[in-house]
Amino acid sequence: MTQLALVIDLNVCVGCHACVTSCKEWNTSGASGPLCDENPYGADPTGTFFNRVQTFEVGQYPNTETVHFPKSCLHCEDPPCVPVCPTGASYKRKEDGIVLVDYDKCIGCKYCAWACPYGAREIDEKQKVMKKCTLCVDRIYDTNLPESDRKPACVMACPTSARLFGDVHDPESIVSKAIRESAGYALMPEWGTQPANHYLPRRKTNIKIHEDELERVDNPLKVDGKLPKPKKSDPTLDDVTSW
Amino acid sequence: MKPALSVIFLTTLIGVGQGLFLALFTQQSYALFDLLPHQEARFYGWGSLLALLFTMAGLIASFFHLGRPERAWRSATQWRTSWLSREVIVLPAFMGILFLYGVFHLSGFDPVLVKLPGGLNINATIILGGVGTILAFALFVSTGMIYACLRFLQEWNSPLTVINFILLGSASGFMLATLYAAMFAPSQAGFLGGWAIIITVFGLVGRSASLWRNARLKSKSTTQTAIGIKHPLIVQKDQGSMGGSFNTREFFHGKSAAFVSRVKTVFLLFAFAVPLLMLAVDFSHASVSLLCVAFVSQYVGLLAERWYFFAEARHPQNLYYQGVS
Repeated sequence: MTQLALVIDLNVCVGCHACVTSCKEWNTSGASGPLCDENPYGADPTGTFFNRVQTFEVGQYPNTETVHFPKSCLHCEDPPCVPVCPTGASYKRKEDGIVLVDYDKCIGCKYCAWACPYGAREIDEKQKVMKKCTLCVDRIYDTNLPESDRKPACVMACPTSARLFGDVHDPESIVSKAIRESAGYALMPEWGTQPANHYLPRRKTNIKIHEDELERVDNPLKVDGKLPKPKKSDPTLDDVTSW
Repeated sequence: MKPALSVIFLTTLIGVGQGLFLALFTQQSYALFDLLPHQEARFYGWGSLLALLFTMAGLIASFFHLGRPERAWRSATQWRTSWLSREVIVLPAFMGILFLYGVFHLSGFDPVLVKLPGGLNINATIILGGVGTILAFALFVSTGMIYACLRFLQEWNSPLTVINFILLGSASGFMLATLYAAMFAPSQAGFLGGWAIIITVFGLVGRSASLWRNARLKSKSTTQTAIGIKHPLIVQKDQGSMGGSFNTREFFHGKSAAFVSRVKTVFLLFAFAVPLLMLAVDFSHASVSLLCVAFVSQYVGLLAERWYFFAEARHPQNLYYQGVS
């Protein structure tokens, strides 16, 4: 069974919000209608987003680290938002594990948003239906696009390749390898939602250089320059020099 | 959570309706076994229609919660998994029984359906009342489970949530039944008032237990588990937008701790202390206006209680919306 998901590398994310704007651009232009903004140029702007980049400061000054944290629907393997939906508008696709909302069935009761511990769902205040990340389901299967472009808009936009996209159930996929080899983890594991999206932790990159690596192996006298002139009595190696 | 007025009115109004029906049918059941005098059909009939009025008001209030009320019929489809869907089915079914129970009593069409060996006549209204009682409890359970089933809303995720919906709804309904009886069947006011006192006291115990439990809850989720970084000191610097979002509006009540604490005092006074005092006084000096004060006070108290119920629930998503700089 396929479970498409994102793996987000917090070690690489620079917090540029390119994924946010790219997501908004793609998903506000799609067939399922705009992601409405209200009061966009006013004093109190607000709007619907599938993806947001948040920033946390970890530690006490001066030993702090700034962590940029992109947050979108995690496409849980056991999504608590789906069974609570009274209309069946919220569903998880069997074929690829994407959690979607049928905007034509949603009654805007917000119960699914209450049932999501991650706050991944946002109501569209104009269309009055619940919206959430679709993993760009209208893009990843589009055969009109070149194969390299059949990825979510956020993944395409990321300038540092902090976002990986693939099938977490395929052990050989790029995302499974990243999770396995770079200690990928899930958010709020305490609720048993089994998020499909994973995050890769911050890593410290240290290079260990040994003393002998700084010296030329073929330089036993540890100096660069001309060798001392041998005495005339010294035997020669090549029968040419010294004399 | 941000308390939604529509849901506050829905849950309190249908609670009164359910409780009133349970009170009427309790009296009729006692009368069936000749433990109490059987009242005129008008008493049960109009009482049931009054309960229908309350549930209808609740149903109308619920529509204000929906973004797309014109699609509300769809919400009956997912009864296999969703408690909200179950409530959507049980509420109209219960209202239908209220209507039939009322109409059967008022029209005088109440045939004997079964004759029990002991010589007990089971009328149509008894059957309807039994079905209505089951539905009233099913509705209480559905409404309570909508909140109790959300495992990460730890304040709600407890059997106390369902128990309190049953007790508080029944208390307000029995209170209204006492007032109704005092006006139209004064001989029964004492019986119903006694039950109103008992259920209100149980309600106070149940609600106090949940207040006690929630005050001692330790949140399972922390900022550390929310973003998966194991450092004791994490401060949010940005939440992705500076102008707020659905997430900042829907899950925060936006009131000060002092205000929330005042609401708690208000509901403990108005929903429990005042009505109990009024009922106690009513036993020695029977008066309709005292009972009127008791019911209105309890209903207002329950509105405050429901507001507090929502406000006290701390949603784990709030961990992602701690600050903007």
